[in-house]
Amino acid sequence: MTPLLEVEELRVRYGAVEALHGVSFAANAGEVTALIGANGAGKSSTLAAISGVIPARGRIRFDGRDIAGAPPYAIVRAGIVQVPEGREILARMTVEENLLMGLRGRDRSELASAYERFPILRERRALLAGALSGGEQQMLAIARALLARPRLLLLDEPSLGLAPLIVKQVFETLADLKRQGVTMVLVEQNALRALRLADRAYVMDLGRIVMNGTGGELLRDEGVARTYLGG
Amino acid sequence: MAEQLYNAIFVGSIYALFAVGFALVFSVLDILNLAHPVVFMLGAFVALFCMSTFGLPAGFAAVIAFLATGAFGIFLDRIAFAPLRRRGAPPLSAMISSLGFAIVVIRLMELRYGPDLTSYPAGSLPQTVVQIGDARLDALRLVIIGLAIVLMGALTYFVRATQLGRDIRALAENPRAARLLGVNVDRAIASTFFISSGFGGVAGALLGFAYNAIYPQMGTPYELKAFTVMVVGGMGSLPGAVLGAYILGIGEIAALVFLPADLAELRDALAFGLLFLVLVIRPRGLLGHRVAERA
Ligand SMILES: Nc1ncnc2c1ncn2[C@@H]1O[C@H](COP(=O)(O)OP(=O)(O)OP(=O)(O)O)[C@@H](O)[C@H]1O
Ligand SMILES: [Mg+2]
Repeated sequence: MTPLLEVEELRVRYGAVEALHGVSFAANAGEVTALIGANGAGKSSTLAAISGVIPARGRIRFDGRDIAGAPPYAIVRAGIVQVPEGREILARMTVEENLLMGLRGRDRSELASAYERFPILRERRALLAGALSGGEQQMLAIARALLARPRLLLLDEPSLGLAPLIVKQVFETLADLKRQGVTMVLVEQNALRALRLADRAYVMDLGRIVMNGTGGELLRDEGVARTYLGG
Repeated sequence: MAEQLYNAIFVGSIYALFAVGFALVFSVLDILNLAHPVVFMLGAFVALFCMSTFGLPAGFAAVIAFLATGAFGIFLDRIAFAPLRRRGAPPLSAMISSLGFAIVVIRLMELRYGPDLTSYPAGSLPQTVVQIGDARLDALRLVIIGLAIVLMGALTYFVRATQLGRDIRALAENPRAARLLGVNVDRAIASTFFISSGFGGVAGALLGFAYNAIYPQMGTPYELKAFTVMVVGGMGSLPGAVLGAYILGIGEIAALVFLPADLAELRDALAFGLLFLVLVIRPRGLLGHRVAERA
């Protein structure tokens, strides 16, 4: 089986500094692929390059097609949808308008699926999204991305800055999506939860992939445990 | 008195149509489009051309003025702004390049038409006057006010209820989020300029109809007013710009009515003083977003 997403030799530079030095990894359809690593390792840069919002060199193949260099809207249309770090909800739009941004003009009746999954969003739908709590904003960001009908969902630290109880909810949602067969690339600082959920995982450090294996293998690895699991 | 109020609403409507386009470009791109007076003037000239050369009725000429200046707005963006955007130039350079663009176009128009007044063909504009109570109201202005209100209603519908309108608002608020959500940025920017310039052009055509005087510099006095109105309304807020425009219109006419004739020169001072007062009381403008929200 060829992977749904194949990234090869990805290089990103910010001015004179190269942040990614040839990153290669793959994500299979129907699986959760985790990218873990310390602050500044290059996880967000990797996702940003895949979504086409920063220039990059290297190859990015999605479903057999080369999408490197395509504009972000074409990448979204092809089915790669990102829930970015910090959620990036549109604070001056209502909750429902944020969801409509995911729908992009398709029939409003599809909103029902989002409200079913996150009933709190239905209650808050007429509020400005900026008035939501952090956890609610994360739900909104995920719901909005799902409405874009992703064939591949990129999640950048969905648990960042949330209370433990909310983190648990977010991961329950992700587990649920996995059961439904949604393909995901999950970037996380919360390595323990990410590895438990992941089918395959990659460890990044200083702009390179330094290790990979199944989620279980990395969970049992002593080096990973010491560095990322605080054990 | 009723006549004066009527005039204030008329002037406010023209300011509003002009300022709303100016504010739209500012809200999306954070730039001051100093070529906005050019589309205003071109709108009046396009309408003139349609009416004098092809004998089209005024209403039809106004529609063509909207479309032609809208298209011209896209051209303006390609020439004056897009190259700077690609290079990540600061907003100040965009101001200068649009100013340069404006000067070039205005000079070219002066070369072609001369700096003096031109007017619409005789009999091409309705001259009806309606009598309401003891007020004699010019029907043409009534139509213009109605049209301005309809256009602003349509704009409100567009930005609130259509996907392209939401795309433009998303781009205005958070360009990175907009791109990640699949907004086609080039298309959204082109639409922004089309609408902004179309409104500016229609404002020019309508003002030309009302005063029956068109000349290459006719947009220039509106620029500073639009800028002021936008700041007072709340930077980049469209309803704020409209509100500010009507306040300015009413303030100017009030100054005209209440100031003794020998102080009529103070009319602008009074109107701008009023706006200044609004800013002192409410620094972020009447309907501006809270600063914390923008950060
Ligand atoms: N816009 C930028 N300009 C300059 N350097 C940047 C920029 N964005 C990221 N970097 C640098 O690139 C490197 C990788 O950053 P990136 O944000 O991709 O890491 P990350 O793994 O997502 O980190 P974190 O866990 O903190 O989110 C870091 O050294 C960072 O300082
Ligand atoms: Mg990051």
